[in-house]
Amino acid sequence: MLPAEQAAPSYLTDGNTLRSWLATHDHKRIAILYAVSITFFFFLGGIAAALIRLELATPAGDLMSADTYNKTFTFHGVVMVWFFLIPSIPNTLGNFLLPIMIGARDVAFPRLNLFSWYLYVAGGIFTVACLLLGGVDTGWTFYTPFSTMFSNSNVMLTVVGVFIVGFSSILTGLNFIVTIHTMRTTGMTWFRLPLFVWSMYGVSLVMLLATPVLAMTLALIAAERLLGVGIFDPALGGDPLLFQHFFWFYSHPAVYIMVLPAMGVVSELITAGVRRRIFGYRFMVYSIIGIAVIGFLVWGHHMFVAGQSMYASIVFSILSFIIAVPSAIKVFNWTATLYKGDIAFGAPMIYALGFVGLFMLGGLTGLFLAATALDVNLTDTYFVVAHFHYIMVGGSVMAYLGGIHFWWPKITGRMFSEAWARFAAILMFLGFNLTFFPQFLAGAEGMPRRYHQYPAEYGLLNILSSAGAVLLAASYLLPIGYFLWSLRFGERAGNDPWGAEGLEWTTSSPPPTHNFEAPPVVTEGPYAYTHP
Amino acid sequence: MNFLPEASGFAPRIDGLFYAMLGLSALVVVAVFTTMLVFAIRFRRGRNVDRSGESHRDLGIELTWTLIPFALFVGIFAWSIRLWIDMRTPPGDATTIHVVGKQWMWEFEHLDGQREIDTLHLATGQPVRLVMISQDVIHDVSIPAFRVKQDVLPGRYTQMWFTPTRPGTYNLFCAEYCGTDHSRMGGAVIVQTPQDHARWLASHATGSLAEQGRALFTRYGCAGCHDARSSVHAPRLDGLYGSTVPLADGRQVLADERYLHDSITLPGSEVAAGYAPVMPSYKDRIDEADILALVAYLKVRGTDRETPHASR
Ligand code: HEC
Ligand SMILES: [Cu+2]
Ligand SMILES: [Cu+2]
Repeated sequence: MLPAEQAAPSYLTDGNTLRSWLATHDHKRIAILYAVSITFFFFLGGIAAALIRLELATPAGDLMSADTYNKTFTFHGVVMVWFFLIPSIPNTLGNFLLPIMIGARDVAFPRLNLFSWYLYVAGGIFTVACLLLGGVDTGWTFYTPFSTMFSNSNVMLTVVGVFIVGFSSILTGLNFIVTIHTMRTTGMTWFRLPLFVWSMYGVSLVMLLATPVLAMTLALIAAERLLGVGIFDPALGGDPLLFQHFFWFYSHPAVYIMVLPAMGVVSELITAGVRRRIFGYRFMVYSIIGIAVIGFLVWGHHMFVAGQSMYASIVFSILSFIIAVPSAIKVFNWTATLYKGDIAFGAPMIYALGFVGLFMLGGLTGLFLAATALDVNLTDTYFVVAHFHYIMVGGSVMAYLGGIHFWWPKITGRMFSEAWARFAAILMFLGFNLTFFPQFLAGAEGMPRRYHQYPAEYGLLNILSSAGAVLLAASYLLPIGYFLWSLRFGERAGNDPWGAEGLEWTTSSPPPTHNFEAPPVVTEGPYAYTHP
Repeated sequence: MNFLPEASGFAPRIDGLFYAMLGLSALVVVAVFTTMLVFAIRFRRGRNVDRSGESHRDLGIELTWTLIPFALFVGIFAWSIRLWIDMRTPPGDATTIHVVGKQWMWEFEHLDGQREIDTLHLATGQPVRLVMISQDVIHDVSIPAFRVKQDVLPGRYTQMWFTPTRPGTYNLFCAEYCGTDHSRMGGAVIVQTPQDHARWLASHATGSLAEQGRALFTRYGCAGCHDARSSVHAPRLDGLYGSTVPLADGRQVLADERYLHDSITLPGSEVAAGYAPVMPSYKDRIDEADILALVAYLKVRGTDRETPHASR
């Protein structure tokens, strides 16, 4: 084994020219390309977030003008949703790990995979261009008729950028689905797939089926804005609620595009940290599929006060309660997995447990919003802002970073400083709660969202929130430092530094270009940890 | 909730549900966190405890924690829906106040014609129905102290109702993002005792909304076609409100506020059976406030409430 391992060059050393990166077909290198570009956008969106929190530190609108503020929160939303959260786990960890986890040499369509990245970059260029030319002020939700007939900002550039990046998601989804169907190695049956692979399957279905609706909606915005075709503006004979139906038909499932992968990652992190099989594997699989499917039927919960009929709201309300059941199952199963485990609290495990806690709070507050009568008071306030940040930042970003820590030795072949990593994880958890918990309170007291200035009685809660944002920012900057350090000085990682199960830990770190010396053969289910 | 007063009939009922859910959530959080903590301590690496045994027969457990949350959810759902239906069903004795939203101000028109901008005077104990429309983009009337909120759409009436219960001055917000001055589009709701409110109404009296509408009916030339003496073949409109109108395309529609509104702005879309579609569209010639007055007038035209003050 050992001599052969040294013979095959790792994917990192297999070509050093810029061209060998930018024209690569290797899923692992494409994953790195994505990782670098989404990190760039994460910090861009993060700067916008910092400006927002700075402005909101005082009740008066004193730092920037109302228009600048509106453009800042719009930019923050557009960038974080489409250029960071949606591609984050699927396109970096998914691209890197999915083929290895199923014992394949690459994804089914390597060229298409590279093309997806170029689409992402093209979409990103439009969005950055929009920023440089003065920004856009519609909010990431592009509600009509404001976006089509009233906004004087660069709506079209942003719409084109998001339209393009949407196709990058669609192609990734397609690629993953075909890969999982056709490229599993000998013995890798469906119910032997690691949960991360299942989550990639679920998320790919949603990407493939929901994103075209977004593309169509954006195209209709363009038609109304540029050509004056009456679709959404009542003055032209259109219907503004039609837009909201289309938009949320995509954007609710998009929440699951952001959360399903996180659930997959956390299942891997917890089993490895606990050295035990996941509790209720099949229920975990069914709940992934259940969430992906029911996710398409609940969009109307964003429209309880929008003018939607009372009866439609009742139906959407009960469906929204129902979709919480599979999420609850997952939380209980993760907890039960700890039972009789051999639990170590490395950084990945801290992130994973942090995810479970924050996701649970995000999910429970989601039930408040699913209850029509409560939603009336809470919707369009900071309660909603806090709720979805608990799911997306507390949930998805924690899981993403946990995953990056967990697979970092595999991806780079180096270890990082465990002490610093734990410190950053704990700081993130604390900073996150300090930032967003007060927003639940502000929202319950009625503070509307997207407000550049606000009544003084909400001042204290906002100061707490801004203070938390400082800690949060620090905790996001720290990993950059110790990861860069590890690239140069980190100890070499063996094949399996964590003692974790899974095909990715059987190959070398970093893996060779085609992942395995010989196609692996699978003889048992995932997480086959044996007891000490 | 700590500094937000409960100032409407709904507020205590909504807070009741809120606190019930808060209690339930707290219970779940504490239960899960404690379990995690106990496991984390008991089974931490390096500790010598019994870790033997696989957890294969887990169907019973899985079903338990699937069905229990499900049952709880259905219970909460039922509770919330009862409240919701009440919130969406204005009582017959509610006073109607018309609201027009535009970038970035609110206009309120009381039934007797009093107009206010960014301030709304109400009386305790009197149910109020707001009938709302926007002149441009989507806005939203939000009054947190009443726990109510409703989007205000262009081209379509939406409504909400509530009963103020506590005198005081409360925040009024626009809660749907509407451009530059979204965060300044608000004002105050002033709830008065019935006596104070009656005094306020009297001191701000102008012609009632319907009377203003009658004047507009002539000014905009509607009378030229719709009056009995007119030579144009056009419907009389007397007693139209609330009746069922047969349309030229064979459908039947209820002549409600929406129908009256659209008859003025989009006359070609629902043509009354038996008439030629000759009525011009007023869409670009009239603003929503005038349409409100016209609609108020059409609602009483030909009824015994048409003569001024007969209704009150
Ligand atoms: C040129 C003549 C003309 C003028 C001016 C006119 N209308 Fe009409 N209106 C008609 C005719 C003809 C109809 C029936 C055909 C239709 O429904 O379009 C009608 C229908 C209506 C209806 C629906 C009646 C029903 O029985 O369903 C309403 C309401 C109405 N008009 C209100 C107004 C108002 C308010 C104005 C002034 C702002 C106005 N009209 C101005 C000719 C006119
Ligand atoms: Cu949703
Ligand atoms: Cu507004």
